[in-house]
Amino acid sequence: MMQIRVEKRIVVSKGFNASIRIFTLLLSLVLVGILFAIYGINPLEAYARIFMNAFGSEFGLSETIVKMLPIGLCATGLAIAYKARVLNIGAEGQLILGAMAATWIALYSNIPSSLVGAVMLLAGFAAGALWAAIPAVLKIKLNVNEVITTLMMNYISLELLDYVLTGPWKGPSQRGFPLTDPFPSYARFPLIGGTRIHYYTLILLLVLAIILYVFMSRTRIGYEIKIVGSNPEAARYAGINVSKNILTVMLISGGLAGIAGVGEVAGVQGRLIENISPGYGYTAIIPAWLGGLNPLAALLASFFISGLMVGSDSVQVSLRLRASFVDVFNGMILLFFIGSEILTRYRILIEARGRKIWI
Amino acid sequence: MDIAASILAEAIRSGTPLLLATLGEIYCERSGVLNLGLEGVMTIGALAGFVATLATGSVWIGVFSAMIAGGLFSLIHAFTSISLGANQTVSGLALTMLGTGVSSLIGGKYVGQPLPERLQIFQIPVLSEIPLAGGFFVHDPIVYFSIVLSIMMWFILFKTRIGIIIRTIGEKPEAADAAGVNVHLVRYLCVLSGGFLGGLGGAYVTLFYTPFWKEGIIRGRGWIALSLTIFSLWNPLGSIIGAYLFGGVEVLQFYLQEYRVPASLLRTLPYFTTILVLTTGSIGFMRKRLGAPAALGKPYRRES
Repeated sequence: MMQIRVEKRIVVSKGFNASIRIFTLLLSLVLVGILFAIYGINPLEAYARIFMNAFGSEFGLSETIVKMLPIGLCATGLAIAYKARVLNIGAEGQLILGAMAATWIALYSNIPSSLVGAVMLLAGFAAGALWAAIPAVLKIKLNVNEVITTLMMNYISLELLDYVLTGPWKGPSQRGFPLTDPFPSYARFPLIGGTRIHYYTLILLLVLAIILYVFMSRTRIGYEIKIVGSNPEAARYAGINVSKNILTVMLISGGLAGIAGVGEVAGVQGRLIENISPGYGYTAIIPAWLGGLNPLAALLASFFISGLMVGSDSVQVSLRLRASFVDVFNGMILLFFIGSEILTRYRILIEARGRKIWI
Repeated sequence: MDIAASILAEAIRSGTPLLLATLGEIYCERSGVLNLGLEGVMTIGALAGFVATLATGSVWIGVFSAMIAGGLFSLIHAFTSISLGANQTVSGLALTMLGTGVSSLIGGKYVGQPLPERLQIFQIPVLSEIPLAGGFFVHDPIVYFSIVLSIMMWFILFKTRIGIIIRTIGEKPEAADAAGVNVHLVRYLCVLSGGFLGGLGGAYVTLFYTPFWKEGIIRGRGWIALSLTIFSLWNPLGSIIGAYLFGGVEVLQFYLQEYRVPASLLRTLPYFTTILVLTTGSIGFMRKRLGAPAALGKPYRRES
């Protein structure tokens, strides 16, 4: 007879953890491939094209990096929030608020032109952080579920964006379209020649990811955040101020999403537009988990997910694929990923005819 | 019908998808499973109902298909959170992404197509003439069904053995297990019924409330239902009040437009109300220390 037993796993190697993540990634690719096949698209051809378009040419690679900037900024911040078990789903709204703050600085303030870039970044960080602070305070003071509040703040920020673009901030020279006027040139981030990569944001992203990595692994607060996430009871018992840590991670993740918004208006669009973000804040949730809630790994995962988005954008026309397959793919990865997490906590013993197989 | 009655009727209509989804989620959470995938489940139901109605020409086949689709789809969450014991919050989020993604992938070619048949309204004579309360009696069968269902579900939850079992599993699963109840099975059934009702709530949107399909048609209703679950303190009767209150807020938007308030700002009303409702629900919970099932969100595994 075959017997299956489940036992608690005591030691988990890092390699095993990483291989599970890669496995879930592959499994999702296979399943989405089946979906392609159902739509009459050769999955191998589709993946080959997606890969080539995303990473195979100078143009593709640069576009992947352009998308990695907002996704990476959101994802590294979210990774830290999730590490503390604070489920901030509001990066999308925090990004939009950051973009709005930067727009106000660029178009309506009297800040000396040499300082505008820096002030936009600071204002974007502050706006994103403040937008995240509302759900944070509700959670800390009244125990309100942050998943729902951060999500509602996303919907509110979208309507707020619609309001300013159709009302007070509608550009006089835009013939009624919901756009602001273009930013003055001193409020635009410079680009790497021949690409759309705004390198201020790129440098900021790389530096921030490293800082956050060090912050999490080397500082006392980082250590506290980890304990708050893994065992809040123990954290309280050990005298850790749980509320302070919740607020910290919310402010950091909100602020980084805000900076992502600044990059989009000042680096990519040069003005505030209605779809300033095609859901970057939601997409970023995936690399945060995929990177095991480690800021540097989340950045790497963001690069991969961005490539997937760029690649799928470009095959949309040629293979007549709808872009929403990326959402399906993302949902699958997340589902498989947390489903397979069980393998890191338990091991399965299959006993058949006297032989033992461990998984 | 007087003005008050017709406003009430509109509030009930826009509250009905919320009521259905909330009722399902109440059972789900009472058994200890948090399903944050409700938005995805409703979207799947909305599309399945619409497509089945287009294909068969029968709105009732649409309704039925939506329930089946919602139920089957929510089983994914049941499997990861009950059988695998995975993180329910993340699993629910993944379900929402998957549901909205799959729906827009499949639904692309149905955008802009007209619905051959819509749910019929059955106005109840005499009763519908009552001032104000008449607003309860000018609806399609689903509205009547949802009200009856709330009462039935309240009765089952608080007055029958089945209800005791469900609540025990949500409070102290090990006690139910010791008494010989199959904890996983009951949780599966609760998630499944949550899926049926979520799917139905979604279909009500595409088959009656706004009878067409487009991406994002559920517009956060799943999330609103999740907060109504808390607001109602996990009581099916409370969810009637919550859902219609919310429907009222949505109707209020149209009336306020006359006062030249920008439409975009008015559209934020339901979302602000959600935060408010959630906050009051959470305060009530802290004060009374009753309501939230103790084992909510915690996977159950028998320690051997």
